[in-house]
Amino acid sequence: MSRSIEKAREYLRPTKKFPTVWCPGCGLGIVQSALVRAISRVGVEKNAVTVVSGIGCTGRMPAYVDFNTLHTTHGRALAFSTGVKLASPSMTVIAVMGDGDALAIGGNHFVHACRRNIDMTAIVVNNSIYGMTGGQYSPTTPHGKRGTTAPYGNVEHAFDTAALAVGAGATFVARTSVYHAQEADRLIEKAILHRGFSVVEIISNCYTSYGRMNKYTSAVDMLRWMKENSVPVSAWDKLPPEKREGKFTRGVISEKELPEFIEAYDEQGRRLTRTPAAVERVRDILTAYDENADRLRVADERSGEAESGRGENKT
Amino acid sequence: MADTTARVLQGNEASAIGALAAGVDFFAGYPITPSSEIAELLSQCMPLINGRFIQMEDEIASIAAIIGASLAGATSMTATSGPGFSLMQENIGLACLAEVPCVIVNVMRAGPSTGLPTQAAQGDVQQTRWGTHGDHAIVALAPSTVRECFELTVECVNLAERLRTPTVLLMDEVIGHMRESVVLPSGDEYRLVRRIEPPTGLRDYCPFGECVPEVAALAAFGGEYRFHVTGLTHDAHGYPTMVPEEVDWKIRHIVGKIESRADQLASNEEFMTEDADVLLFAYGSTARVAKASVRALREAGVKAGLLRVRTIWPFSQKRLRELAPGLRLVVVPEMNLGQLVVEVERAVCGEARVVPLGKVDGHLFEPGDITEFVLEEVGA
Repeated sequence: MSRSIEKAREYLRPTKKFPTVWCPGCGLGIVQSALVRAISRVGVEKNAVTVVSGIGCTGRMPAYVDFNTLHTTHGRALAFSTGVKLASPSMTVIAVMGDGDALAIGGNHFVHACRRNIDMTAIVVNNSIYGMTGGQYSPTTPHGKRGTTAPYGNVEHAFDTAALAVGAGATFVARTSVYHAQEADRLIEKAILHRGFSVVEIISNCYTSYGRMNKYTSAVDMLRWMKENSVPVSAWDKLPPEKREGKFTRGVISEKELPEFIEAYDEQGRRLTRTPAAVERVRDILTAYDENADRLRVADERSGEAESGRGENKT
Repeated sequence: MADTTARVLQGNEASAIGALAAGVDFFAGYPITPSSEIAELLSQCMPLINGRFIQMEDEIASIAAIIGASLAGATSMTATSGPGFSLMQENIGLACLAEVPCVIVNVMRAGPSTGLPTQAAQGDVQQTRWGTHGDHAIVALAPSTVRECFELTVECVNLAERLRTPTVLLMDEVIGHMRESVVLPSGDEYRLVRRIEPPTGLRDYCPFGECVPEVAALAAFGGEYRFHVTGLTHDAHGYPTMVPEEVDWKIRHIVGKIESRADQLASNEEFMTEDADVLLFAYGSTARVAKASVRALREAGVKAGLLRVRTIWPFSQKRLRELAPGLRLVVVPEMNLGQLVVEVERAVCGEARVVPLGKVDGHLFEPGDITEFVLEEVGA
């Protein structure tokens, strides 16, 4: 067994759930490998990682990876992730979603997660179609392309996922494709290490549903399209406008510093514990039931809590 | 030392204070009248008690967040009203199937749709039972007093933790917004129940396996055990399964762990039922009115009594079955067109005449409404 396969087995659940439900040629296996390689490079303990998903082909990924894993309802992965992270701030929380899951039914959660800047990572696996339900058009199906519910070509226009994330306030936004698997490792690693909400869009291929209906001859043909139509962010500006048509950028698209939600919330709490009026107001509410059960914390007791993690401390 | 000072509190405030007393340390919610006071009060307290509050983008996200937080070890709660409760239903189903403790406070207002914000109603009784799709069971408690808003919030937390299931505090708008003088229970007057956690050092932890004794032990994410949680029907380890025996066991388990305890979880108040041949069956604010009606009916020579239920779901037939042989009439006043009366009919099983008394005009019953209705029904 090669070293890399051995390494992969350490992060997967090989004895439990394989083979995957994914079709031959699907890009999701590449994304899953990139995810575990990235986590391995960051070096975080498996028990300190939670991978959350919604519904769809991408939604099945958590069953195969050996972390705390949570497979939720359609579109809601980021909302569940928010709860996990707020209850356990030391946890590395990663949500994996497909394009329909993240941007159609989950679009509202997506933009608000971008706005809040909680330290989590969202991976959007964008294959431009609803794969699991058989190939209906999605919010990222390009105009004119076909799906089983766009049999004459898509009348609508696609989201630019990365631009949407930047516009909604995400503090780290990157994009690559399943053809660029090693770049995916590095971008996911950067996203995890970024202190704030990170989005990594990974352009993927669904040959079974999308490729078949849109005149790709094979899964490899679709990967070739990614290779030929992606441009590194650094090269994009030098490209004349006529050569940008139909192409997408890859690399780190946007990165900025903004106070992280939990840090800001806890800092506000620490300030309040030093504010007699606030303490008195809450003490008055709490003593309504039992002065012995006073849960008020003295100033500074809260500091350092985010590092130690509440999940582990709970008895 | 218990604080025996009487204070004037609103039902919503008492529920929020009850949540704090019960150890709730995570709240996620979305603004909606008539429940918003709960979120407001908890947003004020959480930062000072090492808890966290977040206002989510909608009610779907709110219930999702409290489920996620619970899995990471928090004691979590949300609060809403009819329209928001409708939005939560899919994820309530996930919490039922994945057996995640969490509490939903639903302060009922008049519906359907936006309805009559924010007048009184009890229109969500059957939505609470059957709102999410598929076979499942639910726990729902209905307070009639401000003190009970505190007590039953604590009980909702306890039952959620004990039975690993979502529980619902089913208030009506009258109770949520009513202010009355109240002495809240002190620490030695209520107990707190917490989920059973697995012992350390297990070679093979099964979060959905053997019950010890009522449900399987639940570890928190971030602790010793890594496991999978899914809304797909799953096996003892939490992995999706389509094996008929495993699927069958799972569904019967999530229903049975609650329904089989209906009599044990039942909590009633009885008023003048000893010799009654006419029974008023009521809950929530309606029960307060019905009590006044019982007194008026007694004065009018009708042997009336009141059975008030605090536990709406699971519905216990026991006390009704015991009383039924001595009854000629059961009247069920509800601020809806007959929701819990269906369960009363099933329990009484033809031994007495069961008559619904519905009200859906947004106003609460007045004692005269019930008294006159009963007098007409008994032909007095």
